[in-house]
Amino acid sequence: MTVLDAHLVVERETFRLDVPLRIAAGEVVALLGPNGAGKTTALRALAGLRPLTAGHVTLDGLDLDRPGSRLWTPVERRRVGVVFQDYLLFPHLSALDNVAFGPRRRGLAKRDARAKAADWLKRMDLTDYAARKPRHLSGGQAQRVALARALAVEPTLLLLDEPLAALDARTRLDTRTELHTHLGEHAGATLLVTHDPLDALILADRLVIIEDGRVVQEGDAAAVTARPRTDYVARLVGLNLFRGHGDGHDVRVGADFPLAVADRVSGEVFAAFPPSAVALHPERPEGSARNTWPATVASVQHNGDNLRVRLDGPIPVAADVTPAAVAQLRLVPGREVWAAVKATQVRAYPV
Amino acid sequence: MSADPSAAVSAPVRAPRRRRRAGRVPVALLVPAVLGLLLLVLPLAGLLVRAPWTTLPRRLAEPGVLTALGLSVQTATMATVVCLVLGVPLAWLLARVDFPGKRVVRALVTVPLVLPPVVGGVALLLVFGRKGILGAWLDSAFGITLPFTTAGVVLAEAFVAMPFLVIAVEGALRAADSRYEEAAATLGAGRWTTFTRVTLPLVAPGIAAGAVLCWARALGEFGATITFAGNFPGRTQTMPLAVYLALETDLEAAIVLSLVLLVVSVVILAGLRDRWISSP
Repeated sequence: MTVLDAHLVVERETFRLDVPLRIAAGEVVALLGPNGAGKTTALRALAGLRPLTAGHVTLDGLDLDRPGSRLWTPVERRRVGVVFQDYLLFPHLSALDNVAFGPRRRGLAKRDARAKAADWLKRMDLTDYAARKPRHLSGGQAQRVALARALAVEPTLLLLDEPLAALDARTRLDTRTELHTHLGEHAGATLLVTHDPLDALILADRLVIIEDGRVVQEGDAAAVTARPRTDYVARLVGLNLFRGHGDGHDVRVGADFPLAVADRVSGEVFAAFPPSAVALHPERPEGSARNTWPATVASVQHNGDNLRVRLDGPIPVAADVTPAAVAQLRLVPGREVWAAVKATQVRAYPV
Repeated sequence: MSADPSAAVSAPVRAPRRRRRAGRVPVALLVPAVLGLLLLVLPLAGLLVRAPWTTLPRRLAEPGVLTALGLSVQTATMATVVCLVLGVPLAWLLARVDFPGKRVVRALVTVPLVLPPVVGGVALLLVFGRKGILGAWLDSAFGITLPFTTAGVVLAEAFVAMPFLVIAVEGALRAADSRYEEAAATLGAGRWTTFTRVTLPLVAPGIAAGAVLCWARALGEFGATITFAGNFPGRTQTMPLAVYLALETDLEAAIVLSLVLLVVSVVILAGLRDRWISSP
């Protein structure tokens, strides 16, 4: 059942957001995109904090926004909960009173609102911190209080703006796992705005990727990671991506560089392969790899346990190699090497 | 291992550098700074030096002193309450709502700051005087007269002191993160509830600072008060008015009254500053 049906159009002087969005009950959708893509604008429009220029927001069959027929519902009358990026916990209220704030405004008596808040804090494992002011909470605790505060109003639509961005790497890991659990229990629709692909892949059932105010790709994690459609998405999921003209098992990319691919294709296609598929050799390699070309090392960076080498050449690619290989091949910027990719590791799919 | 020698090297290097910086204050800045401080402090020191310390207890016990002091504190406090009730919403309007002519309104709010208080008193007489635009109506409709009454003192003081409060509170509202108000709205709070439950507590230190400034200004108010409310002991004669009157007849009495005013201002300002103003 579709809970949220929206078409968000917001125009500013030099920017236009135009994003259709549908979320089912219990579904978690991640709105993913680079900085300035319009993610936060979309979230604010859904919450009613920024008016739509056109389009509509329909929640649970009820129109909240429809500029075409001059309809607009004030923020405080929407069944929408928001977890803000830096949480915005009221600094003068205890954790308990922060969570009780929403239920109290929705008409609960003070005692009932506080009981409800205590219940939510218990679910978040924060009972011991109920009396603390926000400035005496750690980042992870503040994040959970913010989540409890947003969920305590039983929103039909839960919005999370970069919920983990303010946390350090270690806390983020634990908090992400907990967030996953709590989002799974939320019966309404959830929209997660993030620029972190890992957050999106772990927390969301479906990804909507926007660039420059428009949806560039949409689908579940498997579909998006297997077949990226823009450079941004390719970088996000860590793939080398090229667009070119396919003919049989050959795709001509860049300045007419022939790339042998596994799939049989024709017409305009994307060709993608992971950095781990790129092998580097000091001399022109003899062997089974169908794609070989001379390249120049542009940079070498850490990437987990491996090193990521960026290569200039007929096509710019990233290659993941072991530290041992870097030492052995003396890979420093400016060094000339041969790159090789097996055709079976290059996936091609229509544009 | 490598941290030890580097610490040993950096410690003696850092200390003299700090000392050298302290010694480098330019004379061109130091001299006027000291002179400025003297200008502010010397008159107060003079007051203390010339105070008739031996007869002080007897003079303080004179009924006129306590009456004037009581009236001053009372009217200044009431004027501050009036300013809070009217000025905080005005500051909110200026800080949070966009309306046409906002710049003009903000300029009008600050006019009493630059207006000579005597002129303010005359203007108040023209409006609230018994023959004034509003005063005549107040008199005929309700039998209320403001000039030359204690209420008139409060009105004159509020007129002069309100800009201090409005400017301080508006500044605090602008500095406060308005996204807390957005967060309150997403939790179902309307604008009034948001104002009372979130905005007011957030800017409480700013309001306190504004109220203190406002109170101090009201306590020292002279020009508008004497013009609009006159100088009747027990009714409209506040401390500054009593000081001015005493100056013509009895210099020592004027010094004593000034001293009292000075002590009251300093004690209350210092007390409030520690409690509210300095905390972030």
